Amino acid sequence: MIATADQIFVLLKHWLIGFLPVGLQGVAGVLLSVVAIIAVFPTLFALAVWMERKGLARMQNRIGPNRVGPFGLLQPIADAIKSLTKEDIVPLRADTAVHFMAPVVLTVVVFMGIAVLPMGRNMTLVSMDAGLLFFFAMGASSELAVFMAGWSSRNKYSLLGAMRGVAQMISYEVPLLMSSVAVVMITGSLSLDKVVAAQNQYTWGLPHWYIFTPWGLAAFLMYATAATAETNRSPFDLPEGESELVAGYFTEYSGFKWALFFLGEYVGMLSISGLGTTLFLGGWSAPFAFLGWVPSWFWFFSKVLMSIAVFIWIRGTLPRLRQDQLMNFAWKFVIPFTLLDLLVAAIWRFMGDGWARWIVCSAILLIAYALMCGVGMYRKHFGLRRYRYAE
Amino acid sequence: MNPLAGYLLVAALLFSIGLAGALTRRNAILVLIGIELMLNAANLNLIAFWRYGPHPEALTGMMFAIFSIAVAAAEAAVGLGLVISIHRHAKTTDLDAMNRMKG
Amino acid sequence: MSFVFYLIAALTVAGGLAAILFKNTVHCALAVTVAFAGQALMFLALDAQFAGFAQILVYVGAVAILIVFAILLTRNSETPKDGVYSKNWFVGLVIAAGVFAVLGWAVLGSVRVLPGPGGAPTATPAVTVLDIGNALMGRYVLPLEIVALLLTAALIGAVIVAMHEKERAK
Repeated sequence: MIATADQIFVLLKHWLIGFLPVGLQGVAGVLLSVVAIIAVFPTLFALAVWMERKGLARMQNRIGPNRVGPFGLLQPIADAIKSLTKEDIVPLRADTAVHFMAPVVLTVVVFMGIAVLPMGRNMTLVSMDAGLLFFFAMGASSELAVFMAGWSSRNKYSLLGAMRGVAQMISYEVPLLMSSVAVVMITGSLSLDKVVAAQNQYTWGLPHWYIFTPWGLAAFLMYATAATAETNRSPFDLPEGESELVAGYFTEYSGFKWALFFLGEYVGMLSISGLGTTLFLGGWSAPFAFLGWVPSWFWFFSKVLMSIAVFIWIRGTLPRLRQDQLMNFAWKFVIPFTLLDLLVAAIWRFMGDGWARWIVCSAILLIAYALMCGVGMYRKHFGLRRYRYAE
Repeated sequence: MNPLAGYLLVAALLFSIGLAGALTRRNAILVLIGIELMLNAANLNLIAFWRYGPHPEALTGMMFAIFSIAVAAAEAAVGLGLVISIHRHAKTTDLDAMNRMKG
Repeated sequence: MSFVFYLIAALTVAGGLAAILFKNTVHCALAVTVAFAGQALMFLALDAQFAGFAQILVYVGAVAILIVFAILLTRNSETPKDGVYSKNWFVGLVIAAGVFAVLGWAVLGSVRVLPGPGGAPTATPAVTVLDIGNALMGRYVLPLEIVALLLTAALIGAVIVAMHEKERAK
């Protein structure tokens, strides 16, 4: 009964393709999974949009959408109808072919990244040996779509937003990859299924999730920072800051193409949160051993939605970083720290099981962090706030 | 047709297209694009021979191609840095205009 | 040959041709990105998954963006007013055609001895990323270290070459 609830989607798929002749069953199975992903992730996108508007509103002491359905739950549908029926304006001097292809490329690339995420037991669309590498390859391709959008509009603000966006995305790609390399090193495989299987073990009822280890926590924090920068979310959203640059690289887009950019940004957030939960938060494994009866896909999606809630929380709380502060932070702090984290993960592995490795690894990481913060703050002459009054 | 011959012909075609681009275009950056196409064609040759060769488990062809990808990226970076530096000095990237040693 | 091979080959060659024929430089850069992506698909068709994903990561994710940044930093983003081909374009074309003729003659002339259907093995090699990792750290560790040094030198060199020169005081 419990196993049935856990595998219910897999069993449903096998039952549906059982109606077809044997030759077509492979293709039909893949097509059915693809249709399921294309149905589920835009629904999650709608949920994320609603969460964002209500969450930000409450953090800013207002209510948010509350007219379209109970608690404004149907607001994303109203937004969709509005985007689809708006006039599609293309600037006169814009490069029409590239202007059209940019949102298409972004959406395709972002959806392809979801193919390797293990969304439940036996629920990975394509179980590849080099799954993590495929995900990062798709993430790297999305930067080109951002550039295409900004350049083809022939608009100074769009181009500026696009250049800033691409510079930020390539700077933060290195910490994203390096923090995942620590996980790969300890697991011994690039396959995301094996990463989740390695975390699905329990000691005294507590899981072996990588976030509960010193190097894992450091890697997770850096992954979260890099993920926020990769998806151009606040506090790294200067490329699309509404008060800075009109709308950055998608200034000249309206109607359905703008909706595709919006979809691409949120589905990108969902997929990078999905990868973060797979690598650090245990994927589809339950938090405690006695909760193993709850279906695995429930854990995966709830962890992803909790990550989205944290993204929204950070957006509502922190101010925006300036472009040079952001790049300085990436190259001078995060990348050296990820390299140190790799070393600490190696020390963790070679010290074998026991309590000594916890102390040694935590000590190295905390001392290094304190040193880097101390050096950084000393050079900026931080101190107590001094108030200056006009004379 | 022999599958290996098919891949080798595509690689030869890509190589000559890259060579034509590097030899006929005026812009220095397009010459670099032609060079990248030629490197890609060579990588395709390497992987095709690795796949259809006698000992694919020795991974020689794959390793060669991976190192070649890394070196090509480094060479593209240095080449484009040079093009930017030349543009700063000569205010143009037109190769037909830069046919003197003076300047 | 399978239909998929012809499709991927057509995509790659079309991208390459477009890259050298378009007038606008940024269009050429985007077309060569299509050629890089087609090349990655060819690698995947040849069961070289690691090489295919590395090709997308490095070429599409880094080299294409580098080319595009260089085009924008050298003010080449508008369509040039004079011709885009150099004075001696015909000689270049003849040389490229000659090279293709020689290579094509060599390939077609040796079809008898190439491994293929009805000949040597075409079984899929079972290559995992673990094998590649072991090879990189075992047999190929010296090239790995040399490439690391080369990449460091290229990184520092590119930054120094493209850096703004400091104004010499007095």
